Amino acid sequence: MQRFIHIATLLACLALPAVMSAQPALAQSDTPLQNVLQTVRERVANPSRGTVPEVLDALLAAEAPGTVDFLRAWAERGVYERQGDGLFFFAREEADRSLTLLDIDRGTEAGQVGSRDVNQIRPNAGVRREIGAALVQFELTDPDPARRRAALESAARSPDPDQIPALEIAIEAESDPALAARMARLHSLLIARFETDTAIRVAAIENLSGDISTEARRVLNQLLATRAGFAETLPEDTNIARIRTPGQDIELAAAYAQLSDAGLAPPRPGRNAIRDALRANVVNGSVGGIQVHQLDTDAARREAYRALEDAGTVPPLPSQAEMEAAVATHVFFDAYLEPDRAVTNAARDALDSTRTVISAWQFLGITLDALSLASIFFLAAIGLAITFGVMRVINMAHGEFIMMGAYTGYVVQTLIPSYTLSLVVALPLAFAVAFAAGVTMERLVIRHLYTRPLETLLATFGISIALQQLAKNIFGTQARPLTAPDWLAGAIRFNDIVSISTIRVAIFVMALMFLLLLLYILNRTRLGLEVRAVTQNPGMAASMGINPGRINMLTFGLGSGIAGVAGVAIGLYAQVTSEMGANYIVQSFMTVVVGGVGSVFGTLAGAGLIGALQKGIEWFNPANTLAAQTYMVLFIILFIQFRPKGIVALKGRAAGD
Amino acid sequence: MAMPVSETTHAPPAPRRSFLHENPSVLWFMACLGLFTLIVSVLSEGMGTGAISTSLVKILGMTLCLCLIAIAMDLVWGYCGILSLGHFAFFGLGGYAIGMWLMYARAEIVVRDNLAAGTIPPTETEVAEAVAAQIFGVVGSSELPLIWSFAGSLPFQLAMVVLVPGLLALVFGWLAFRSRVTGVYLSILTQAMTLALSLYLFQNDTGLRGNNGLAGLQNIPGFLDVPQSVLSVWFFWASAAALGAGYLFFAWVVSGKFGSVIRAIRDNETRVRFLGYNVEGYKLFVFTLTAVISGIAGALYYPQAGIINPAEIAPIASIYLAVWVAIGGRGRLYGAVIGAAAVSLLSSWLTGGGAPNIDLGFYRIVWTDWWLVLLGLGFVLVTLFFPRGIGGLFDYLVRKKP
Repeated sequence: MQRFIHIATLLACLALPAVMSAQPALAQSDTPLQNVLQTVRERVANPSRGTVPEVLDALLAAEAPGTVDFLRAWAERGVYERQGDGLFFFAREEADRSLTLLDIDRGTEAGQVGSRDVNQIRPNAGVRREIGAALVQFELTDPDPARRRAALESAARSPDPDQIPALEIAIEAESDPALAARMARLHSLLIARFETDTAIRVAAIENLSGDISTEARRVLNQLLATRAGFAETLPEDTNIARIRTPGQDIELAAAYAQLSDAGLAPPRPGRNAIRDALRANVVNGSVGGIQVHQLDTDAARREAYRALEDAGTVPPLPSQAEMEAAVATHVFFDAYLEPDRAVTNAARDALDSTRTVISAWQFLGITLDALSLASIFFLAAIGLAITFGVMRVINMAHGEFIMMGAYTGYVVQTLIPSYTLSLVVALPLAFAVAFAAGVTMERLVIRHLYTRPLETLLATFGISIALQQLAKNIFGTQARPLTAPDWLAGAIRFNDIVSISTIRVAIFVMALMFLLLLLYILNRTRLGLEVRAVTQNPGMAASMGINPGRINMLTFGLGSGIAGVAGVAIGLYAQVTSEMGANYIVQSFMTVVVGGVGSVFGTLAGAGLIGALQKGIEWFNPANTLAAQTYMVLFIILFIQFRPKGIVALKGRAAGD
Repeated sequence: MAMPVSETTHAPPAPRRSFLHENPSVLWFMACLGLFTLIVSVLSEGMGTGAISTSLVKILGMTLCLCLIAIAMDLVWGYCGILSLGHFAFFGLGGYAIGMWLMYARAEIVVRDNLAAGTIPPTETEVAEAVAAQIFGVVGSSELPLIWSFAGSLPFQLAMVVLVPGLLALVFGWLAFRSRVTGVYLSILTQAMTLALSLYLFQNDTGLRGNNGLAGLQNIPGFLDVPQSVLSVWFFWASAAALGAGYLFFAWVVSGKFGSVIRAIRDNETRVRFLGYNVEGYKLFVFTLTAVISGIAGALYYPQAGIINPAEIAPIASIYLAVWVAIGGRGRLYGAVIGAAAVSLLSSWLTGGGAPNIDLGFYRIVWTDWWLVLLGLGFVLVTLFFPRGIGGLFDYLVRKKP
């Protein structure tokens, strides 16, 4: 306590001039710090817990610049006393193990000495803690807000009752309202944990109710930590959390084991213990009159043990009734580690009050996750929605177009150093590359297979494995990074529970843009009209002067090009590998099939359903993403049973049956 | 050929000729298979001169199993028109079923040996617990999952080899065919099935050791003293016998009226339905039958491979199966065998480092890198220009001789 008061006065003097004026103290001489240190030379050179305050007082009175740096160096054994004149220096170790002394005020070099010519000052752990506490105070009232914030964060990481008075002073002096609020909360948390006065503590805990931050909940949960215990009668002075009834809340064997561990009941040997006891008592190839080779069932072993028991060679095996009787004489309970009932009640109420809010936020978080996953599925599948949905061409190489786009982005990034610029270049280039690849593939392969859809599937699969291996040969098997520019790198944080990375938001926006673009192209442009005409009736479209070959080629190119752009987007948040496309292909097909073939909105609905489903299942079983995927695929198989044409089923002639 | 028309119309129905007489390819195939088996046995390390190493015998035996699943694939795709991209799931299930027994029984032998060293004989519970710890220690569990309850019984697990793939195919096929899912939709659905299964098996808590899979399957309990060189020949014989029996069975199935109906379903499903046939029933039967055969092929394959893990069931494996059949030639059983054997042997030769790399001066072709590119492009070419596959070449041979 004495130390607190001391530090408080110290800070009160230091903080005001430091924060308000931030004027450097007028130096009486060139070496103000050295001068003041020399006045307490003995205390600096041989510090002890009791003498540190004297030094701090002296430093404070002098208001010398560089005090904080000196304190830090002092605690970290970075201050040396030169033998002979007793001046203090910082030092830099040279390669030849000699030391270059640095002037403590100006930081200039002050000659080179051997390590024997100076005394390194080595404060013990107690002194270092003392200095550290003082440092926190100094830093909390530093004129630079960034340093104040850093000091606050480090204080929050290692909470300590010593910080309470310093925080109180710092809050008074703080001019930044956000920092002040942060300090106030840390203060509440510290009070809730360390205060001795129940009323103040309960008030601080009530202050925390409704606070959904992780640190507040952690403190509250810490207050509610319990230990298991038992006694003959329920102890009055213990803060009981709950009583465990043997047989219901606690297993009889476990309860009995607690008793026997405490030596209050004879131990009950387990199966292994029985076996060991029998093994130790083998006489002439039998135990308790039973031949050893017959002891291969539990019943026989128990019989042999009973025989030994009767002979008195082993402790008796407590029967079920004995165990019940022993347990019945005791009460089993969980007790709070915190003895004060008012405090635990307040903490429980505070936690309960946040429960609904937290689940609401968690639900929002899941929804955002699902939305983000759905937009990724949508991006991956939208190109397929065109090639498969509109043209009925199964393109197993679609995933490789995604990969192509991602590698285009990677190559562009190696050529253009600016991440933003390279992204701007990569997006259209990825479209162009994938478009060209798609058109080539359509002309060379798919054109010849329009009447044989199953063979299209196989031929495009052949192209898919060839492209994948080609990418492996060119770029190697290791994952290549596609780095997002800084303005996309962060995350949008709502609070401790919900945050979403900016890149996912960007992918969502991109998916939305593609949806609109595609709807526009299909419904509002000449190309879209012709595409729809060719889809519905190629012969009739051809007789109206539309060239179906050209339209098919362009449609296929469009679908592939979009896959290329999707590749850049996916590459930004996942890594670029030759298998990245293959990872999406099955899911993309399912998205299209579930949504309804031939409809852009269907693909959107499919992606939404699959994304929501996967995240929803993950919510129930968060540890297991694989299980979520398994159940999702099963669900899709079942779903197709009931709506074979997908969510958005085309009707009439457009359905193409 | 030169018969007058009038004679044909008045001629009595041709006497029913024997099955083999109508299908000369079956005899040819059996002869080739028998000869091949004989040659391999004579040259093998375990039984003969040793010109063929044990690992090569294993590879050849495994290839025969792949040929067996390929003819199953041919029946379901080439004859019945169902492009299933999930038959390797059944293959893997068969492998898992037999692998459970192999692993359990061997662990039990080891455990009993260990426990017998103690003064007191172990109880059954102790044995079971020790076996569970031995098998599942790798996934951090020591409890025997429910599905392993009968893993110690060989007849039970052999039944599972047939029943598990069969039941899965029955349920899945019933659901799919009754809602008239056809064509590429069915392909994607079967692919989803095998994806779901492999994802499921990848989890550690499904009781099949997650991505570790089952290992040490090459040691056959009861024959632990028999050297691998001999065991490999035994399994080679078993695989050859299974392939021969499967070929004969399938050839018989497709040669009769049943074969005509399923070929008709392939060519025009709606018309067959209008003729009064229960199309769904036929498809379901073919799908389930081929799944069972695939399971048997898997049960023979994995003891030779020695290890099975969920990656074997990944969708890509089933697509490769379709590739083999397509390259070999659909709609003819020997085509499937040729495709599976040629592609898988070529693949293991080229990727196993057996083939010499070609130095072009400016670039060095390393086969392990370029094999898949070659396969992919070659496959595209076959699909485009030789839809009848390698097996189609035999048509030219046969047609020359009237």
